Amino acid sequence: MALNPEFVGRSYAPDGSYVVGREKIREFATAIDDASPVFHDVEAARSMGYADLVAPPTFAAVLSLKASGRVIRDPQLGLDYSRVVHGEQRFVYSRPIVAGDELNVTTTIETIRTMAGNDMITTRGDVTTLDGEPVVTTYSLLISRGPDEETS
Amino acid sequence: MSTESRAHLKVGYELPAKTFTVQRSDLVRYAGASGDFNVIHWNERIATDVGLPNVIAHGMLTMALAGQVVTDWLGDPGALLEYGVRFTRPVVVPDDGVGATIEVTAKVTRIDEAGTAQVTVTATCEGSTVLGKAQALIRLA
Repeated sequence: MALNPEFVGRSYAPDGSYVVGREKIREFATAIDDASPVFHDVEAARSMGYADLVAPPTFAAVLSLKASGRVIRDPQLGLDYSRVVHGEQRFVYSRPIVAGDELNVTTTIETIRTMAGNDMITTRGDVTTLDGEPVVTTYSLLISRGPDEETS
Repeated sequence: MSTESRAHLKVGYELPAKTFTVQRSDLVRYAGASGDFNVIHWNERIATDVGLPNVIAHGMLTMALAGQVVTDWLGDPGALLEYGVRFTRPVVVPDDGVGATIEVTAKVTRIDEAGTAQVTVTATCEGSTVLGKAQALIRLA
């Protein structure tokens, strides 16, 4: 099913803020098998100049996934989520996320195209503090595999 | 990595490599921690129904594991300015008590006058690369 091209450029304001907790950071770091003290030990993070525990770099995907969920599942967009695979992911950091941050994510649909029967959509997530300080920008390419690829 | 050693960094420098094992339990743990409960990461019946060889790892888990080669070496996660990958091949995780093995290497591929450098990461599983264009931009000083 072709995606609705009218969605290109649409921006979605934050749907409630995300408060970053220490235990969530530890849980995420454990899930990615990363024992670096800066992700687990508050004193280790403070000795490196951070206010609190630092979140691993890909933790930003937890926020952007949460924020983009309602966008990519919008029935008007026409994305068949059961056929979606993650094509690309990129993060551009202003600073690491730390425990205690209260963050907003604004999601924007940057491009929509169809290639070889596959629908492709790129979204940008601008993660900022409540005061608007940029923290990290996430870029995601999602690919909805066309029926022709079923046997590949 | 100390600031002094960064100053002597040259293109071609190889970062210490790492090997990770990913089992089904790791996928369940990552699903819970990340909030990504897509069934293809834990349900073999549905994964094979949609044409996959078996349950596959979250791309974001592979990206996170591969990135550790860079952040372990950097020491300070704040020295990571950009990190991006393409997911070129799925990491298939069979329920065989062994799981999948991901081998990660990385090397410095560019040094910029601005005091930054590009690190290119290679992640392989069963001899095939699973990430494409996996690059990090790091701050040297």
